[in-house]
Amino acid sequence: MKSDDVVISARDLRVWYGTAGLPVRAVDGVSFEIRSGEILGLVGESGCGKSTLGRGLLGLLPDGAARDGELFFRERDMLRLKRREQHALRGRELGLIFQEPLTRLNPLMRISEHFSETLKTHHRGIGKDEIESRSLEALRVMGIPPTRFRAYPHEFSGGMRQRLMIALTLVLRPAFVVADEPTTALDVLVEAQIIRMLHDLRDTYETSLLLITHNLGIIAEACDRVAVMYAGRIVEIGDAHTVFRAPQHPYTRELLRSTISLSTTGLNYIEGAPPDLSDPPPGCRFHPRCPDAMQVCERRAPVPRVQPSGSRTECWAADHANGLVTLTEDERIPLAKEVIALADEA
Amino acid sequence: MPTKPETPAPTGPVTSTDAVVEAHDLEVHFALQGSALARLLGRRGRTVKAIDGVNVALRRGEVLGLVGESGSGKTTLGRAILGLVPATAGSITYHGRDRGDVVVSELGSRDLRALRTSMQMVFQDPGAALNPGMTIEEAIGHPLVIHRKLKGAELRTRVCDALERVGLSPVERYLGKYPADLSGGQKQRAVIARAIILEPEVLIADEPVSMLDMSVRAKILQLMLDLKDQLDLSYVYITHDLASAKYICDRIAIMYLGRIVEIGPSDEIFANPRHPYTKALLKAIPEPDPDRMLPRDLPRGEIPDAAVPPLGCSFHPRCPVAVQECGWESRDLRTLLEEHWTRNPGATYDAERDMVGDLGKLDKPELSAHLGVTDSQGTLALLNRIRAENPDEPFWRGVAGIEDDGNGVRLEFHQPHDPALRPAGGVEVACVLYPDERENEKT
Repeated sequence: MKSDDVVISARDLRVWYGTAGLPVRAVDGVSFEIRSGEILGLVGESGCGKSTLGRGLLGLLPDGAARDGELFFRERDMLRLKRREQHALRGRELGLIFQEPLTRLNPLMRISEHFSETLKTHHRGIGKDEIESRSLEALRVMGIPPTRFRAYPHEFSGGMRQRLMIALTLVLRPAFVVADEPTTALDVLVEAQIIRMLHDLRDTYETSLLLITHNLGIIAEACDRVAVMYAGRIVEIGDAHTVFRAPQHPYTRELLRSTISLSTTGLNYIEGAPPDLSDPPPGCRFHPRCPDAMQVCERRAPVPRVQPSGSRTECWAADHANGLVTLTEDERIPLAKEVIALADEA
Repeated sequence: MPTKPETPAPTGPVTSTDAVVEAHDLEVHFALQGSALARLLGRRGRTVKAIDGVNVALRRGEVLGLVGESGSGKTTLGRAILGLVPATAGSITYHGRDRGDVVVSELGSRDLRALRTSMQMVFQDPGAALNPGMTIEEAIGHPLVIHRKLKGAELRTRVCDALERVGLSPVERYLGKYPADLSGGQKQRAVIARAIILEPEVLIADEPVSMLDMSVRAKILQLMLDLKDQLDLSYVYITHDLASAKYICDRIAIMYLGRIVEIGPSDEIFANPRHPYTKALLKAIPEPDPDRMLPRDLPRGEIPDAAVPPLGCSFHPRCPVAVQECGWESRDLRTLLEEHWTRNPGATYDAERDMVGDLGKLDKPELSAHLGVTDSQGTLALLNRIRAENPDEPFWRGVAGIEDDGNGVRLEFHQPHDPALRPAGGVEVACVLYPDERENEKT
């Protein structure tokens, strides 16, 4: 049920944390759009700013963090909204699914009470019958039998609890949901069940989803488009098929290569670790780890360009290979790599 | 109603000559605390059979994978091998290169401590496995201080050796660091250095890479493989991730609810998985390939409660190909009804719920189940509707008879059969779909 109306649109969005020293620029100028009913996957190593971006979109940042740039939810300018107005949007319009389901459920409250509290908070004066019918519908979508409606959280297994959390988010029918590593704590079979449910969500609710994960397999399974994040920037974004078939950015390519899957025939890994975001390397931030780095990569930061494959990439090597830029011979000289110690790793 | 387990055959191809550690008929049970009244009356609470009769041997120089979901008993088995949890029955024997045969499951705490020089563990979460108040030098050297009373220059030399072996070099950069200064991969390297510093023969690695970033997992696995060759180690690799097990393991044991359900050489397990659970695990791995979608026929539900395991084969409630003798029982009927209502909530559910009566009485495992209060015709019709929704549902294969008993419907199930491990073309599998080759020889 994908339509063309844009639900979330970010332009040059930045999020940074103030520290005693330099500010940590966790999200440093990202631009993207999410359309209605679309699932965008966000992937990258730990410390690349994925979770900060997810929370920044919802305005759920800790004290001492600041946002800048442009962020629109439908036609609303999120960075100009008052705190109270933002607060009112959350839950009803904007949802968040966490990694640890048990810590988010109140052990003394029945599931039915969780639902009625949630619905009453966001819809004053909602009737008892409507609470029940909406709750049961959300449970049905997540495959939880109505017989369990009055059970307590401890009576559910781990996978069921995560499905409950998703149902509690969906019962408010938010237009946009951020799911931050929703299946990381779960077993493979349960994970597969939940990924499938997330993938099927658009058939029932017209929810757009930002799915944050470090597992490329999950992205391939559930997402329409994928954004690859490195050191606070989106280095590649495009249709999931295209990005997986023909990755344009060396980081995407190496990330795919280092994923251990059933078809893995050799062990691959990316040298080094993501940089300190208070002082990222000059030029392209990936250049110290990049196998394709050239002189230009160290000197000038690449700009986002749409490649012939259709995905948008920030990479001199891709731009050059696809004839989008002309580089001088000097600029094309492969960068002499500083030796990365074996154990400098993520 | 207990099902009679088949007597397990003596483990086939493994002989004790090439084994470093062996578990024989191992059982690890944990007693659950009953209610206050039950304890007052001296009644014993229920027990959780974390390990329920496991025979397995780790051969010298191999990587043996223990693979399964949480609750399958893989971690408990690993800890039992080290003597970290006491065996309720059966034995663990360590065939030491220097110390000869030692029955680990009978050792006292002093001897167990001495055994640590031969068998060590690598933990899942390197952040939790290192003392945040100890420098890397102190942490890695600690086993030597405890077991060998080393100090001074000799201690430092050994620590530096270990650091270099695991790739934490130049060592000066790491000796004085605290765990908080290191990345996840570096911490795991330090944990591995601490595990190898006593020159053990066996390493039990419990999910050593699952907390790490994708970009370093391969690197740590490669380090483990290199160390194995350099130091003549044997590994037990515990994981829920079949993809990494495929890469590192020589043999794999698939575990489910305290038992091994399939064991054999990795190549054979991946090329030709036999147990329906193994097949399901393989199919459920999300591949980074957008053209390959997860199949729709994945097993439903989750691993059951080990305190009240299913009758017959423990996997039958989730098994897509279960047959009549797999152990169908009253609780499966409840699941069937709940799935039906999940598909049809609202008015259908309200009406039908009252008709079938108390579901709680289905919770006790029985081979016959009663459903309904007064309207036996209606209850029968409901069952037929459910059956018509999905005629291929394996549950119906287990139903021996349905009869109207005036105030409801009674379902009788087939006698359950609890399959033991049996050889099947190069591997051993515990599933009734594979006829026991040994039984055929007998007849």
